[in-house]
Amino acid sequence: MLLFSRQGKLRLQKWYVPLSDKEKKKITRELVQTVLARKPKMCSFLEWRDLKIVYKRYASLYFCCAIEDQDNELITLEIIHRYVELLDKYFGSVCELDIIFNFEKAYFILDEFLLGGEVQETSKKNVLKAIEQADLLQESQNEEWGGLSEDIL
Amino acid sequence: MVVSSLKLQDFIEEIRGAKTQAQEREVIQKESAHIRASFRDGDPVQRHRQLAKLLYVHMLGYPAHFGQMECLKLIASPRFIDKRVGYLGAMLLLDERHDAHLLITNSIKNDLSQGVQPVQGLALCTLSTMGSAEMCRDLATEVEKLLLRPGPYVRKKAILTAVHMIRKVPELSDIFLPPCAKLLHERHHGILLGTITLIMELCQRSPAALRHFRKVVPKLVQILRTLVTTGYSTEHSISGVSDPFLQVQILRVLRILGRNHEESSETMNDLLAQVATNTNTSRNAGSAVLFETVLTIMDIRSAAGLRVLAVNILGHFLLNSDKNIRYVALTSLLRVVQSDHSAVQRHRPTVVECLRETDASLSRRALELSLALVNSSNVQAMTQELQAFLESCPPDLRADCASGILLAAERFAPTKRWHIDTILHVLTTAGAYVRDDAVANLTQLIGGAQELHAYSVHRLYHALAEDISQQPLVQVAAWCIGEYGDFLLENCEETEPLQVEEEEVVALLEKVLQSHMSLPATRGYALTALMKLSTRLQGDTNRIRQVVSIYGSCLDVELQQRAVEYNMLFQKYDHMRAAILEKMPLVDHGSREADEKAKESREAAQLSKAKGPVPTELQTSKLLDLLDLLDDASGDTQQPAPPNPSPEGGLVHLLDLPCAPPPPAPIPNLKVFEREGVRLNLSFARHPGTPALLLITVTTTNSSEDDVTHFICQAAVPKSFQLQLQAPSGNTAPARGGVPITQLFRILNPNKAPLRLKLRLTYNHFGQSVQEIFEVNNLPVETWQ
Repeated sequence: MLLFSRQGKLRLQKWYVPLSDKEKKKITRELVQTVLARKPKMCSFLEWRDLKIVYKRYASLYFCCAIEDQDNELITLEIIHRYVELLDKYFGSVCELDIIFNFEKAYFILDEFLLGGEVQETSKKNVLKAIEQADLLQESQNEEWGGLSEDIL
Repeated sequence: MVVSSLKLQDFIEEIRGAKTQAQEREVIQKESAHIRASFRDGDPVQRHRQLAKLLYVHMLGYPAHFGQMECLKLIASPRFIDKRVGYLGAMLLLDERHDAHLLITNSIKNDLSQGVQPVQGLALCTLSTMGSAEMCRDLATEVEKLLLRPGPYVRKKAILTAVHMIRKVPELSDIFLPPCAKLLHERHHGILLGTITLIMELCQRSPAALRHFRKVVPKLVQILRTLVTTGYSTEHSISGVSDPFLQVQILRVLRILGRNHEESSETMNDLLAQVATNTNTSRNAGSAVLFETVLTIMDIRSAAGLRVLAVNILGHFLLNSDKNIRYVALTSLLRVVQSDHSAVQRHRPTVVECLRETDASLSRRALELSLALVNSSNVQAMTQELQAFLESCPPDLRADCASGILLAAERFAPTKRWHIDTILHVLTTAGAYVRDDAVANLTQLIGGAQELHAYSVHRLYHALAEDISQQPLVQVAAWCIGEYGDFLLENCEETEPLQVEEEEVVALLEKVLQSHMSLPATRGYALTALMKLSTRLQGDTNRIRQVVSIYGSCLDVELQQRAVEYNMLFQKYDHMRAAILEKMPLVDHGSREADEKAKESREAAQLSKAKGPVPTELQTSKLLDLLDLLDDASGDTQQPAPPNPSPEGGLVHLLDLPCAPPPPAPIPNLKVFEREGVRLNLSFARHPGTPALLLITVTTTNSSEDDVTHFICQAAVPKSFQLQLQAPSGNTAPARGGVPITQLFRILNPNKAPLRLKLRLTYNHFGQSVQEIFEVNNLPVETWQ
């Protein structure tokens, strides 16, 4: 899954197959170019190499997934939408800046929704609860170490 | 002491504040130095912040490899925040190509066995994202333990990690197969989803697993049924559809389990019908489920009625206002058009509408599907639509559209004249995009249609007069004018009367010769045509002689050679000129030329150059494309037939025409079925270019008193064969010996294995629906030897 802005700046990249950094960069560049070249009214699916690409634009961010031939494109759109909803719930009306400044949180949320490239939890509530628990755990540990002055990440 | 470095958010802000690329690089380099220093001797408490900054920089594309070891240290730390960032770093910076990645195996093991749930979650997540084969082997037992312990949060992750492990190390399937059946009884959707994904993965890797899991089909059916019939549940529903993610996954695994298995497919039939009819498709989620249902129906051994329902759903999708849904519908219809041709035909008008789509990927799909739907009854209407499309379609689709139209015209042309008109139209609209053999085909066609010579030459002349830039058109026109120039001077009733003067004809050909736009090949055609005209036209040949001699010193070697030889013809062999330049004999497509003409041509070979090997290649490439067109839908690719070298190496035509070895001895016909006056006959032929390809024509005759309707014939062959069914000529065999139904089967038998053929017929007769399944016995040995 790739998230990128209208100017082609990468905001999040989650790879589920092992590729070298160079290959990842090349693929990212190509995909970004291809998707940005699409006109607004075109359909959300395109074929690229031997994969299917599903993308959707939310405000200034493009959410782009590469799926295999036997995967269902329409449900992938739902997956993208669900991820956006999760981000929205977590950040409270999410915008691109939230994702930029809290990119690691965006990853954590994604990792509670998808695992190894597959959906792991279909209940929005459960995903958000899990993140909450993790955040609490993080906080509580910070309190233990309250003596050292440090800023919360 | 190093100056305290920036907070993550400040750092990000500073980077974004940079106005140029160079400035950005500077900021990053400065901070990277800090980070590196901090890694070396900095405060361990700050480490996670430094790594986070490094990860941000990595996303922007800057080097971050020096952070790899820090990931290890952070993962090993007892603090949750360290682990969180450390594992994230591992997923982003480490992968199986780096030796360092193995070092985290131990930390993961510890975290899996001793960590609290969120920590276990992190470890599993990392393992499933970047776990290499070695790591998977080492940690398989740990993951298995977690799979069996209660607590859905970790369990669901363990299951999906198992999926990843099996993908990396298929042998691990043995460990993860046993728990699956039990896990299906859990109620947690996340666990169910993971389990089903695991089952799918296991089944795809091993036929034994596939057989094993057929037992759980009833359970899966039950789960899906519950989902579909239970009411709305806020937690899992999307726009009125209960947990579409889970539904889609169940449908996928049912597809895998039901494929080629009657019993399982039967168990699913009712449920699939239920899902197909009850799903709320007002929003995308429902459509996604419905789409998956359709795919499953088409892929398993479903009842005929269900398949028709599925195709109708796809047809309905085509009318949806959502482009995405139209796209998936077109793609799926293309996949099923071969096997369920008549069902898809019903939606032809809608498909043709889709040609007008503005979105290129949609119109491309619509084009492929439209071409697959052309048959003898709709060819004229379809060709009209396709020609309209050709005029307005984007350039990258033109070539496909043009060849598609030409192929369709060839297969189904009702009259020769219509065929010629169609090709002519394509050449004028999109001449630059047609394939090379279109020229050969058209000349062949015209040559064979004696009654249309006058008509053709008139039309081509006019077309040429208007536009000499489209090379294929010019080539054909030049050839035609050369051959039939004498008709040009007479009036032809079928075209507008226009008096054509000899001078004009010669001038036009000269123009072609001189034009910058003409390819060398085209010039060759024009020159030869001029030469032929010297015998056809009554008037004086001096002008032609002049032109010919000018080209005797042309830079292009081919033209020069021709011109010199023609010159010789004028000078020394003038008495033979008429004989040599006689009208071309008709060459049967795919059969040997008459020996007489061959001898004469061989003499002429000394005067003109040969292009021997090219014609057969043209013919075989056309054959390949014919196969490709049919193969599109089935997805198989045929073995390309090796081009047969021309049997008479020096065989020459003044114009290049294809030829092939003679057809082999015929195979006897076979009557295979008879019931109440309905009879099925098989006739066999070998494809002339491809010995391994057997063509079977199935002819269904009806001598009874009642019509046979809704006739469908399906066939099955052993695995080593490849079978293709072309669309039948129709579905109805009228009573009392009416027009029989014919259908062509193409069977490719590369291994020369003994042929076995099973046929399944369904039709309505005397008010009853009949279904017959039988194997064809007594297949003559020549069919496969």
